[in-house]
Amino acid sequence: MDCDAFYASVEKRDDPSLRDKPVVIGGGRRGVVSTACYIARIRGVRSAMPMFQALKLCPDAVVVRGRMDAYVEVSRQIRAIMDDLTPVVEPLSLDEAFMDLTGTERLHHAPPAVMLAGLVKRMEDELGISGSIGLSHNKFLAKVASDLDKPRGFSVIGKAETADFLREKPVRLIWGVGAQAQISLDKAGIRTFSDLLRWDKRDLMARFGGMGERLYHLARGEDRRRVSSRTPVKSISNETTFNEDTSDPDILDGHIWRLAENVADRAKAKDKAGRTVTLKLKRANHSILTRQSQLAEATQIADRIYRTARLLFDQVSDQGPFRLIGIGISHLDMADANEAGGDLLDPQARVRADAERASDKIRERFGADAIMKGRALR
Amino acid sequence: MEFSIERAALLKAVAQAQSVVERRNTIPILANVLIEAEGDQVSFRATDLDIEIVDQAPAKVSRAGATTVSAVMFHEIVRKLPDGALVTINDDGTSGRMSVDAGRSSFSLATLPREDFPVMASSEYEANFAAPAPVLRRLFDKSKFAISTEETRYYLNGVYMHVSDYEGSQVLRCVATDGHRLARIDAELPEGAGSMPGVIVPRKTVGELRKLLDDDEAQIAVSVSETKVRFATPGITLTSKVIDGTFPDYTRVIPSGNTKRLEVDASEFAQAVDRVATVSSERSRAVKLALDEDRLVLSVNAPDSGAAEEELAVAYPDEPLEIGFNAKYLLEIASQVDRENAVFLFNSSGDPTLMREGSDESAVYVVMPMRV
Repeated sequence: MDCDAFYASVEKRDDPSLRDKPVVIGGGRRGVVSTACYIARIRGVRSAMPMFQALKLCPDAVVVRGRMDAYVEVSRQIRAIMDDLTPVVEPLSLDEAFMDLTGTERLHHAPPAVMLAGLVKRMEDELGISGSIGLSHNKFLAKVASDLDKPRGFSVIGKAETADFLREKPVRLIWGVGAQAQISLDKAGIRTFSDLLRWDKRDLMARFGGMGERLYHLARGEDRRRVSSRTPVKSISNETTFNEDTSDPDILDGHIWRLAENVADRAKAKDKAGRTVTLKLKRANHSILTRQSQLAEATQIADRIYRTARLLFDQVSDQGPFRLIGIGISHLDMADANEAGGDLLDPQARVRADAERASDKIRERFGADAIMKGRALR
Repeated sequence: MEFSIERAALLKAVAQAQSVVERRNTIPILANVLIEAEGDQVSFRATDLDIEIVDQAPAKVSRAGATTVSAVMFHEIVRKLPDGALVTINDDGTSGRMSVDAGRSSFSLATLPREDFPVMASSEYEANFAAPAPVLRRLFDKSKFAISTEETRYYLNGVYMHVSDYEGSQVLRCVATDGHRLARIDAELPEGAGSMPGVIVPRKTVGELRKLLDDDEAQIAVSVSETKVRFATPGITLTSKVIDGTFPDYTRVIPSGNTKRLEVDASEFAQAVDRVATVSSERSRAVKLALDEDRLVLSVNAPDSGAAEEELAVAYPDEPLEIGFNAKYLLEIASQVDRENAVFLFNSSGDPTLMREGSDESAVYVVMPMRV
């Protein structure tokens, strides 16, 4: 199931005045389009397009800054409906998920296609959000099918018609074949699936390495990856692109804090703590610089993440300006009992962590803005 | 350059040198060992630009000279040669190859010019003194477990070696901490060390140094300046930059007013901690110590895997106390005790705890409790 222009649909649902206008979700003049509604798409706006370009194509577009919490909420509601169909749901993102419906026919007394039609109907009736369905015998084909006649699409690729369906399709259909991979495939004379079929496995592997083997199987419509409802989270990160490149340490410090707090909030929600803190900076020329530090004990405390990231930032010799900053934690661990150890050299660390836990409780009860650090306002 | 050398002597020298070489290198010459033959000595020199090690071995030099070859590959070859073999090394200086011959085996290794090899600049040292190997071994062995690996606290990524006062007399002291535990080890001040500046000896140097200290009889020549430290035995010279930073004031971290005193057999204690910690899936989990008159109950409660408890007879005359520690930290400090009972001094369940061996204050450890 893949929602249609998800963020834009949520915005249009919540603000009916946007209904017939081209709506683009994304941050600021410097940001990129994260979602464009179908009206904007007719004008050529695509997701991941720089905002200035989108506005050139579609000057009357209404640009909406994303309301992530609203999308998360709707996503959760959709998830609840999907959970009624099958316990095996693997979310790909907020608006997209694989479901394994194997063996559910006897449970629901209806075949998967009927249940999926019911799913999108319920989404429209109860949530006012439309989605497209791709039904097939593996993940690769289901994903391809879901994109076939969006929006409000419903496509089935059966086992019998798989070979015919794929034959003349371009290989860029394969998720993960980006511009770079396409160039190397092009060089090998591979444009369509039928081109791929002419290669034997050994040659593909010799030429493309690990991807070669995958290509061999996908060319035959084979994909053995399982739908897994428990994909472990490996890292939690957040980043922000500035409206204007900056090297102002005060502004950057404010961002480091806000990002650290966001990462900490999400880690706390997932009950995770990270052992490695990563700082990412993108220079004005788009080159990326990352620095990381291992901690002796895993953390989910914003104050600890912030201080570590800030030290990493202070140790970067590049003065900027930067166009993007990001903070992340990885090497995740369960959070319980972690962090209970104090710091001999920083006796106040424990006090600050306690203060943070206390303000978390206040924010939980009175809203995210109920209490905040002064540096969040920088 | 041409010389013959006994395989065992060669292996020892090359093994030492290659361990300094960083495995992942962007500068090709740093993967090489510089071999210099002159007189009746051959020296093997390797560096990662922060540490330089020079090993000397006796050899029969028929033509003096120098070259560089891959340290790791050279070491592998020598390691695989049969014991007792006589190895002949030859580099004609023109072919860009160095040959290694032993019995029926023969190898030819690519060389890089010796001129490209970065030799560490020699410098003036403020203090030069000799210390017996066992003294240095104790100072570093007992402190290195507490070295921090946090890159952001780079000034903790080593052992702080300095001169300090203890009860009116000067001592040579090594301190390491990662903010969770701290080790402070003292030794009698060697003659000539009084003028030594305090230096932070990097973790890797501590590891390399350890290999020089196995011989109980050896006297190690130590030289210290603000920026470098050098340890030398007759055959090996290890020179290292020190960490450019300020070691924090550790003295205020060491509690002086802890009065609740627990005395326990260190190995019994360590074994018990190790046993109860088994049920926690993570080594980072807390072990709870519940103390009551002459009784210690160790327990671990890991909600998703299980619980464990063990009781030990101890000497504890004070009021009941419950305190939690990271099991790994407890094990590490308990394993430092080798002669007498371990003595723990507590204040409260939230304050740093001090541990020492009997009444010996020349090695004290501080560990931060966890909340349980």
